[in-house]
Amino acid sequence: MGTKLIGSLLALLLVAAWSGQGEAQKGPIKVGFLAPMTGGAAQIGKDMTNGFQMWLDENGNQFAGRKVEVIIEDTQGQPQVALTKLRKLVESDRVHVLAGGLFAHVGYALAPKVDEYRIPMLYPVMAADDLTQRKPAKWVVRTGWTSSQPNHPFGEYAAKVLGYKKVVAIAIDYAFGWEQVGGFQKTFEEAGGQIVQKLWPPLGTTDFAPYLAQIRRDADAVFALMVAQSALRFPKQYQDAGLKAKLPLLGGGTTFDEFVLPSLGDEAIGGISALIYSAALDTPINKRFVAEYRRKYGKVPSYYSETCYTSARWINEAARMIGGDVEDREKFLAALRKVEIPDAPRGPVRLDAYGNPIQNIYIRKVEKKDGELWNTVIHTYPNVSQFWKYKPEEFLKQPVYSRDFPPCRYC
Amino acid sequence: MRRAAGGAWPRLAAAAAALVLLLAAPPFLSSFLLALLTQSLIMAILAMSLDIVLGYVGLASLGHAAYLGLGAYAVGILTTRAGAGFWTTLAVGVGLATLAAAVFGLVALRAVGVYFLMITLALGMVVWGLAHRWVTLTQGDNGISGVPRPDLGLGWSFADPRAFYYLALAAFVLAFALLALVVRSPFGKTLVGIRESESRMRTLGYHVWLHKYIAFVLAGAVGGFAGVFWAYYNGFVSPADVELATSVTVLLMVALGGRGTLWGPALGALIIVLLQNLVSVYTHRWLLILGAVYIGTIVYAPEGIVGALRQWRKGERAWARS
Repeated sequence: MGTKLIGSLLALLLVAAWSGQGEAQKGPIKVGFLAPMTGGAAQIGKDMTNGFQMWLDENGNQFAGRKVEVIIEDTQGQPQVALTKLRKLVESDRVHVLAGGLFAHVGYALAPKVDEYRIPMLYPVMAADDLTQRKPAKWVVRTGWTSSQPNHPFGEYAAKVLGYKKVVAIAIDYAFGWEQVGGFQKTFEEAGGQIVQKLWPPLGTTDFAPYLAQIRRDADAVFALMVAQSALRFPKQYQDAGLKAKLPLLGGGTTFDEFVLPSLGDEAIGGISALIYSAALDTPINKRFVAEYRRKYGKVPSYYSETCYTSARWINEAARMIGGDVEDREKFLAALRKVEIPDAPRGPVRLDAYGNPIQNIYIRKVEKKDGELWNTVIHTYPNVSQFWKYKPEEFLKQPVYSRDFPPCRYC
Repeated sequence: MRRAAGGAWPRLAAAAAALVLLLAAPPFLSSFLLALLTQSLIMAILAMSLDIVLGYVGLASLGHAAYLGLGAYAVGILTTRAGAGFWTTLAVGVGLATLAAAVFGLVALRAVGVYFLMITLALGMVVWGLAHRWVTLTQGDNGISGVPRPDLGLGWSFADPRAFYYLALAAFVLAFALLALVVRSPFGKTLVGIRESESRMRTLGYHVWLHKYIAFVLAGAVGGFAGVFWAYYNGFVSPADVELATSVTVLLMVALGGRGTLWGPALGALIIVLLQNLVSVYTHRWLLILGAVYIGTIVYAPEGIVGALRQWRKGERAWARS
């Protein structure tokens, strides 16, 4: 009798201790979010954090039933600062998962460190091709895109549907620009088109007159890849140079994305571009997302907002798969790679074997509706991988797209 | 004579106290603060090297990030491509920066004042342009990632943040000792003379241009020395290290701490690194605070923090005497 009592007491104690330990483990899930909050890209950082926060607000600030604590750190758009802040998030705050980041060089700087820390990090925006191609990082889970991904289908579309034979490419002179032009050129030329000229204005260019003067007038169209302040100026100058009437303007996704559209005027109308998202996407889920986002933040969501919104959901799905046990990082990482989201605002998303999303690519045309500019979707390529129709092994044999690859054979 | 001795002892004691503090600090700091302190030490080397040109010769340079960049890129390229060890990269990094300063000095030292500022700015942009455009070597805008932590062949690993901190501290002490010796030597005194009156020094028979040139090259070499550790610390090198913004930041570190004082710029580096990385943790309005600090410095301490301290001590002594 006595022993039985002691035994049950001991068992009780054990259970209590066990559950106590369990309680201690189930503190909040800490998320380290890196984004530029000051400097030239601060507005993009705002779109990113807004998107991420919006999902959390809509879902009771919980991942898999556990409270979420988001720690936002300012990268100032600088790789060294991003590295310092990464260190802070991991070593001082002991975050369970990381997300965010903007600019390719920040992505390349963080990836090896993330692998060293062995903490999963979601890349919703940073698009440098090689991060999921030739230099993959084990602990990086890309929930965004590769720079060349939308332009593989777009190159083919320009040749086959739009029927262009000769196109001039003008792109900002850095990796993002090269990869966008490279993807476009590869499929455009394989479909019978010719890139007849490549112009590379440096990063931060705002006066395009010297470049516009050089554009070959015997081409059928111009493919332009602009970002941020360049995207704000380019369409207007293109029109003022009298080119808009002669040569239709095509663009990489960021040339006309929702981030710059509100600041552009009628000069942007008619611009055709390709991206993984359009705020004008006509699905119930996206319409709700756009309406809700506008109500909350007073502006149309950009792809930065969408990818970060979906990334929050992504973490939740993975955490639910493993019963909220994000402390087991290997298991958490494996779960993150397995997540499939059939109904994100941008459409269905899942990862390929190399860790980059397979997702829809939208061909979009800038149109004016109710006095606002929108990227109307004119064609959808469903479930496009970063390798397009090529075999990954074959594709990876070619070098990463650069200023000189593919070479300009028709220049 | 008596005054010199009286001035040296408290200064030595202060330096010793600071060193002891720096040596003893790591166990009491979180790893994030330790990282920031490491970063401050490396930036302090760069700021002190600029102080030679700005504080002792009196020439404001806007291209000092170039030497940091050259040292850093030497490490980035040699370690990732050739698997080079620490001592090779150190020699090449410092050598490259020295060489660049030797060439740049020939061009820049033809001018003074704002023209010197503009020429150094242009030369700094040349190095930035190389980093940005010579893609086959520097990987352009993407930067070079995966720089390993250094192996000095001493048998312990510098992957540990604490070990690396002591390495940076050793580098800092070495740079500080070297520069302190230089500015206290007759050569250093001549530099100050040139700063105060170039024509008088020339009349006295000093080779003014050569003195300035040697100081300029020395500053570049020490800047490259900082760059080597900078690359190892970050594990990453990109054109951002060579940017104009970096040059401006270093210039501000020197101005904030007090030019021509050597340890003032080191203090300035510490303050700016902490403001940029620590204050931004608490508020996204950290730039406002940084701006207020600059304005406060200009209004209340135009000679920098150390300059203001000296002014205050001088005033106190004068008051005591009267």
